Amino acid sequence: MSDTPFLTIRNLHASVAEEELQILKGVDLELKAGEIHAIMGPNGSGKSTLSKVLAGHPGYEVTEGEVHFQGEDILEMEPDERSQAGIFLAFQYPVEIPGVSIANFLRTALQAHSEEELDLFDFQDLLLEKMELLEMDPAFAERPVNDGFSGGEKKRNEILQMACLQPALALMDETDSGLDIDALQIVANGVNKLKEENPEMTVLLITHYQRLLNYIKPDFVHVMFDGRIVESGGPEVALRLEQEGYRDWKEAEAAG
Amino acid sequence: MPQNEVIDELGLDEYKYGFVDEEQHVFRTQPGLNEEVVRQISKQKEEPEWMLNFRLKALEIYESKPMPKWGGDLSTLQETLDEIYFYVRPQDRMEHSWDDVPENIKDTFEKLGIPEAEQKILAGVGAQYESEMVYHSLKQEWEEKGVIFDSIEDGLKNHPELFRKYFGTVIPTADNKFSAMNSAVWSGGSFVYIPPGVELDTPLQAYFRVNQERMGQFERTLIIAGEGSRAHYIEGCTAPVYSTESFHSGVIEIVVEKNAHFRYTTIQNWSNNMYNLVTQRAMVAQGATMEWLDGNLGSKLTMKYPSCYLMGEGAHGNILSIAYAGDGQHQDTGGKIIHAAPNTTSSIVSKSISKGTGRSSYRGLLQVHDGARNAKSNVECDALLIDETARTDTFPYIEIDEKTAHVGHEATVSKVGDEQLFYLMSRGMSEEEAMAMIVRGFIEPIAKELPLEYAVELNRLIELEMEGSVG
Repeated sequence: MSDTPFLTIRNLHASVAEEELQILKGVDLELKAGEIHAIMGPNGSGKSTLSKVLAGHPGYEVTEGEVHFQGEDILEMEPDERSQAGIFLAFQYPVEIPGVSIANFLRTALQAHSEEELDLFDFQDLLLEKMELLEMDPAFAERPVNDGFSGGEKKRNEILQMACLQPALALMDETDSGLDIDALQIVANGVNKLKEENPEMTVLLITHYQRLLNYIKPDFVHVMFDGRIVESGGPEVALRLEQEGYRDWKEAEAAG
Repeated sequence: MPQNEVIDELGLDEYKYGFVDEEQHVFRTQPGLNEEVVRQISKQKEEPEWMLNFRLKALEIYESKPMPKWGGDLSTLQETLDEIYFYVRPQDRMEHSWDDVPENIKDTFEKLGIPEAEQKILAGVGAQYESEMVYHSLKQEWEEKGVIFDSIEDGLKNHPELFRKYFGTVIPTADNKFSAMNSAVWSGGSFVYIPPGVELDTPLQAYFRVNQERMGQFERTLIIAGEGSRAHYIEGCTAPVYSTESFHSGVIEIVVEKNAHFRYTTIQNWSNNMYNLVTQRAMVAQGATMEWLDGNLGSKLTMKYPSCYLMGEGAHGNILSIAYAGDGQHQDTGGKIIHAAPNTTSSIVSKSISKGTGRSSYRGLLQVHDGARNAKSNVECDALLIDETARTDTFPYIEIDEKTAHVGHEATVSKVGDEQLFYLMSRGMSEEEAMAMIVRGFIEPIAKELPLEYAVELNRLIELEMEGSVG
């Protein structure tokens, strides 16, 4: 693992564009290449917002702070440039694109990541290989992107995209939400396999529940509350949260 | 390069390839429309007396009908009509040079990757020679089967009885102001006859017809699909039609006889100054099927509602229509289905895309006559708005006089959403690529019905239209 910080977030403030509603109130976080970090926090703490801001969602405005990814300031970059630089966001609510097959969608995405003309046969091989890895039926690739998919299918489609694009940084925004235990295991296995294939991949898991962390083992767990990281530690932090909830911070907030 | 030089350069034998070129002088009527103009058109075409009388009667009807007050804005149309030439002999129309074609049109051709020879044809400055060999072998096959595929003028000359039996029966002159105008001044178009029981695998493409009055301002097409026949006719292409003309008003009449199956596909992309007012209708007999696949791009205003009159028991009508309204354009399109017999079925799927200040309107009429028992119809119209300034409306007219009818109507309007764009961009696609992908997906249900080369061209064209639509 290299010594240059992989992802550095300093004093990041962000608000909902057009509303001046501040959600991130000074986030500090550092990730090294190959690590798995989990961010946990109650609803409205800003954890999903953090992942969207990192991916460049136009609905949020960064008002203060810095984000450096592999030494580069990414805040001025468009979402497509960030993707090409190696950042991938697995959506909490993947968007439907009717009439566009997953294969077509992925081919276009991969082409956008490549300077050279994509070879169709190479693409087909890659797609089939990744679908096999994730134990998916090849017919799935012919379905229109997320259109009429179940919650589990949508999340598996996100993992398939991640597998094909092979990002350096995978941001996973509540990938476990809305999944039953079987679907959760399938998705978690997928992520673990990708991580095995590519140990250099860095993962930032955003989750509300500890249960995902039974399947994907984080190196570090951070607690987010009211737009800030309020505690960081090892996997034990998640276990404690599972038992105690966010009581301490809520009480502190109430005390003002 | 004028067409003669193109031909000379290629060393094509004029006679052998059937280039008609005996008269060199320019002929066109004076601007505007009056009786003298109509007489001159008929005389130029050496028409029989009955056709001249038909035209003159049509002129009277045209003049007696007021300008429509519905649909698009026709308030300044009369000024345009006073200025245009109602008849320019087609070989004269081609006598402008490649240098006169505006750069932006040439540029679009380049971007579409259209070969230069084809570019010249599309721009109206060259003769069609590339497609000839293909055309000849097909023509032979069609002739063997007794299929007639001719210009409308040749249809009248060579098959007078058949022609007269059907001409003007599907769309009567007095149907509307523009069908009356077309009946007075029609020129160019196709005459097609498919004998009973004949099935054609290769589509009849108007594009293949060589050096004839191919695509007039006032095209008139008459198609008769004989009992139990099966065929597909394709008119136009997706590349922009460059034209100095600003008015197009066609009449397309199709007779689909018992148990026949006929599909008419047209994708047209007019220049932005064009009024495009077309009447197209099919009479569908017992057990027969008519399918319209209608694509409208470009133009200033298009008013076009392909229709199926389901006259015989069990007849089926199907209309697939797609419209693209760019800046300053108005596409007023849709379809008409008349259920006049029992157990008839129909479906309309209409998709529109509006961008910039573009406006698209779906206008549909669905009628079920008393006694058309168990008629079934389903209408689906979907509008996609690319940005805030674009506009879409839906005008569904439904008239049902039969209790047993089953009618479904569904309309959706969607806007290209920030979330959709962000999703695609977060996968590395530029905003333009993302837009184009969303639009391609939207029209996919119709594009997949097109012959492959048309679908590919349509997609490329949409991509071009999306360029500069963002940022």
